[in-house]
Amino acid sequence: MTSLTMRRRSAVSRRRRRFSAASPSWLFAAPALVVYALVVLYPAAAGVVYAFTDWSGIGQDMSFVGLANFGTLLHDEQAMGSIGNTLLLTVAIVAVQNGVGLLLALGVNAKLKSRALLRVIFFAPVVVSPVMVAFLWKYVYNPDPSAGLNGLLGLQVDWLGDPSVALWSIAGMVVWQYAGYSMVIFLAGLEGVPKELHEAAMIDGAGTFQRFRYVTWPLLAPAVTINLMLSTIGGLKLFDQIFAATNGGPGYATETLSTVLYKQAFVFGKFGYSTAIALVLALFVAAVSLIQVYYLRNREVTA
Amino acid sequence: MRRTFLLEIVMIAVAVAFLFPVYTLVSLSLKDPAQISQTPLALPNPPTLANFGKAWTAAALGPSLVNSTVITVVSLLALIALGSFAAYFLARVQTRLGYGLYILFLLGIVLPFQLGMIPLYELVTDLGLIGTHAGMILFYTGIQLPFTVFLYTGFIRALPRDYASAAQIDGASHLTAFTRVIFPLLRPITGTVLILNAVFIWNDFFTPLLYLGGSGFETVPVSVFAFVGQYVSDHGLVFAGLVLGALPIVLVFLALQRYVIKGFASGLKG
Repeated sequence: MTSLTMRRRSAVSRRRRRFSAASPSWLFAAPALVVYALVVLYPAAAGVVYAFTDWSGIGQDMSFVGLANFGTLLHDEQAMGSIGNTLLLTVAIVAVQNGVGLLLALGVNAKLKSRALLRVIFFAPVVVSPVMVAFLWKYVYNPDPSAGLNGLLGLQVDWLGDPSVALWSIAGMVVWQYAGYSMVIFLAGLEGVPKELHEAAMIDGAGTFQRFRYVTWPLLAPAVTINLMLSTIGGLKLFDQIFAATNGGPGYATETLSTVLYKQAFVFGKFGYSTAIALVLALFVAAVSLIQVYYLRNREVTA
Repeated sequence: MRRTFLLEIVMIAVAVAFLFPVYTLVSLSLKDPAQISQTPLALPNPPTLANFGKAWTAAALGPSLVNSTVITVVSLLALIALGSFAAYFLARVQTRLGYGLYILFLLGIVLPFQLGMIPLYELVTDLGLIGTHAGMILFYTGIQLPFTVFLYTGFIRALPRDYASAAQIDGASHLTAFTRVIFPLLRPITGTVLILNAVFIWNDFFTPLLYLGGSGFETVPVSVFAFVGQYVSDHGLVFAGLVLGALPIVLVFLALQRYVIKGFASGLKG
């Protein structure tokens, strides 16, 4: 009995030893951790501290002002408006980009002769610099009724100059650039749907829509999760496109949290206030990501 | 069969509509100012290449291409080295501390860079790295590590432990087992890491504007931005500059598109 326990113990300790041999030293992670801490963690932590100061960005003059920056934010009509714009823009981008991306994926997933070429075409804008895409669309959106989108469609819309249209125009060019990105992730999800399930459903008399609703859609859940998260984070943080196309205008129609915090820092020299806005943006992104992970992971199934 | 044919027609029509901005870009870059104002939508007739030569010099694209290439290539090498090593530890470690470290890395994907933008600018200035390639390389390596570590860790977790164990039974150290046995197995995910980071680093605009503006070491998007600002009303010239600025990354994409699209998808599936 005793010998058996001892033998078992020594087996356990042997397994432990092998176990510890199987996991490499933390020194493997050390160089990455140092760079990551230096470039991301330390600056973000310092940013949180600055959010509670009145620092102007010049010199060492800085005092702690508690929550004053957040109070200012609540009474700053322009900044509060930018929160509304950020949310509207994000919702529009998330809904349309993923809707279009899903339709494109379903289209090019069929046995079309041109499918390879179509994938390349729809994906290509993803690899181009957002600033350059914004400059191109600034012309496509120009108010001249004979040029750009107006000329093509016979319209007379001032896409970026009309405050009631401008925010949606920004959403339009972002969707044009990134619908292919959503498409590719959906395509990866579609490849994971077994053909047998579709065949079985067809034998059971399910139509195209029913097969999509009850076979494809549930199995696409992981792709939906990733797409929703990426487009939400992208929408909330969006900066380059607005900076290059409208710089927040006309008036404050396309001002978002990122453009407001940029201006507060680099135009008005209010670095403390600017980082307070950045902190609010960070909290938005974190909250939305957590909620999405929680709800979306729960409804994922595997084939 | 007829339905597939109909779908094909519809998808091709969608693609043609989708390409309208690209048509605008290319056709305007081939037109002289008179054609642009009189027939903005028509095909260039006759097409002219004059805009391209002028844009190349005016936007100082030669030096910017060199800067962008140096910064992108060195950052990618650093990301692959640091990211894969860290991921090997994070994927294999079984302690709470290891898991905590993984979460700490993931936090970097969610944090908006604007939160640390100003302190980081001070830090880079204090290190004397403003206006240098080294400053940009340090920045990109740090900012893209979370995503890189995330992709590598997911991939390594799915690899059987036996490969490394076998090497270690034969007397190899962790370091040798990783570099000789594990790293070569990571080729598919390394491809994804390369492509995703290359697209991000090559196209990034705001940080190089902030760190390199006026230094003579500007990257392509910053040079194009300055150039567009200077010649804003000359659309033919501006669009020639945009075509030239976007061309390198588009050509790389076209050459590697099969792997790019697959890599994007498999990488993000995790």
